Amino acid sequence: MDIAFVIEKFVLVAIIFGISLVIAMYSTYAERKVAAFLQDRLGPDRAGPFGILQPLADGVKMFMKEEIIPTNASKWLFMVGPGLAMLTACIGTAVIPWGTPITIGDRVIPLQVTDINVGVLYIFGVVSLGVYGVMIGGWASNNKYSLLSAIRAASQNISYEIAMGLSIIALLLVTNSMSVGEIVANQHGWRWNVLYQPVGFLLFMICAFAETNRAPFDLPECETELIGGYHTEYSSMKLGFYLFAEYINMFVSAAVMASLYFGGYNYPGMDWVLAHTGQVIGPLIGTAVFFLKIFAFIFFFMWVRWTIPRFRYDQLMHLGWKVLIPLAIANIIVTSIVIAVIEKF
Amino acid sequence: MGTSVFYFVATLSVIFSLMVIFSKNPVHSVLYLIVTFFTLTVHYILLNAQFLAVVNFIVYMGAIMVLFLFVLMLLNLNKDNEPLKSGLVKIVGVIAGCCLVVTIIGSLKATAISDPVLLKNPNLGLVKNLGKELFGPYMLPFELSSILLLTAMVGAVLLTKKEKA
Repeated sequence: MDIAFVIEKFVLVAIIFGISLVIAMYSTYAERKVAAFLQDRLGPDRAGPFGILQPLADGVKMFMKEEIIPTNASKWLFMVGPGLAMLTACIGTAVIPWGTPITIGDRVIPLQVTDINVGVLYIFGVVSLGVYGVMIGGWASNNKYSLLSAIRAASQNISYEIAMGLSIIALLLVTNSMSVGEIVANQHGWRWNVLYQPVGFLLFMICAFAETNRAPFDLPECETELIGGYHTEYSSMKLGFYLFAEYINMFVSAAVMASLYFGGYNYPGMDWVLAHTGQVIGPLIGTAVFFLKIFAFIFFFMWVRWTIPRFRYDQLMHLGWKVLIPLAIANIIVTSIVIAVIEKF
Repeated sequence: MGTSVFYFVATLSVIFSLMVIFSKNPVHSVLYLIVTFFTLTVHYILLNAQFLAVVNFIVYMGAIMVLFLFVLMLLNLNKDNEPLKSGLVKIVGVIAGCCLVVTIIGSLKATAISDPVLLKNPNLGLVKNLGKELFGPYMLPFELSSILLLTAMVGAVLLTKKEKA
């Protein structure tokens, strides 16, 4: 392990961490602008030109608010909750390949922090850990509504994890690999997985909405029934962390969907571009394309939030267990039959 | 370096498993158990069994422990509403504990310091190799165990259904 390797990885991690935070920050701004656009309003326009400094103003506000820990709350766990939510939101990006390797001189720098051969399962594991932040925070608040919300979040996450896992299995049948790096590299040019797995992608995307607690699956924060949800008792930056973690989760799941199903950094005609722009600019164009896909997904998340009303709780469970899981199993069976037939002939 | 990391993580595992038993609040116990499972995941990684590590991570930490926590939070156990245990239960507990200690001491005396197992293929724990083993020579036991799990699940669902009169 040479020192250059450590520095290279450290810089990459720092850049990815910074980018996720900035994107999450500006997602809050984009969310309000998109909502305003869909509802024919102006949205935030006071702080800076077009309100572009709004996230900074919000951040300062969050930090300056009084911090309250309820008397009967479990103090230590009350503080662990938001921290855990942020942690699980941030570690998911470690296995995502951000572009083809950059070559500087004779040194090849891969734009991926680590390419473990169970990368897909790692993402899945991180997603399944995400619920602890909500559960611990909700329980530690010592508030009935928070607890109810935490329990809702837990049952929702477990239910939709199953459908998500099953939709990934069908994808793995097509890709023959569990390493995210290999999956993305195999989608060279136009051979995106969404063309082979349209149903799988749809299932995965619905489950991603449910796992990130985004509307129409935001039942853990259902204001009309639960006051504010699991973060009712939170104030100041601890509340900010919970809200922020949701936006980071949105960014990460957009990145995962873009890389598993929409080719990641691949785009038609990339060979020509790579050959003509050199070994540094070329891969960076791929990264830019990847981010365009991510932004498109984030916009889609917001579009859905301001279009579709929230589910009722029984509808949520019905959809998860009686519609998505059977569909996912049918998808696996059809995919494996098709693959077997193709291999035979 | 590998050995020192092992001893460090092993100490953590032991400490956190003790915390599971000694903490008064059942929810805290479950949280310590989650941390214990995390240290076990690290052990699997140290053994180069990546697939087992990640499955341990998903199944135990991500699913089973969430259910544990879920149930405990719903029950809302604490000192105020804990049922008083009768003296008989305590005596039974002491006897059962002593039996367990005797068994453990007996089995510990029977073991010698085991030789470190040398795997023929150190990469056995990687997904591809593990899958080939499981779906090759061990196909039948693997499928049978999955049927066993399915049976348990059907049984559990059946128990929750009320019989229609």
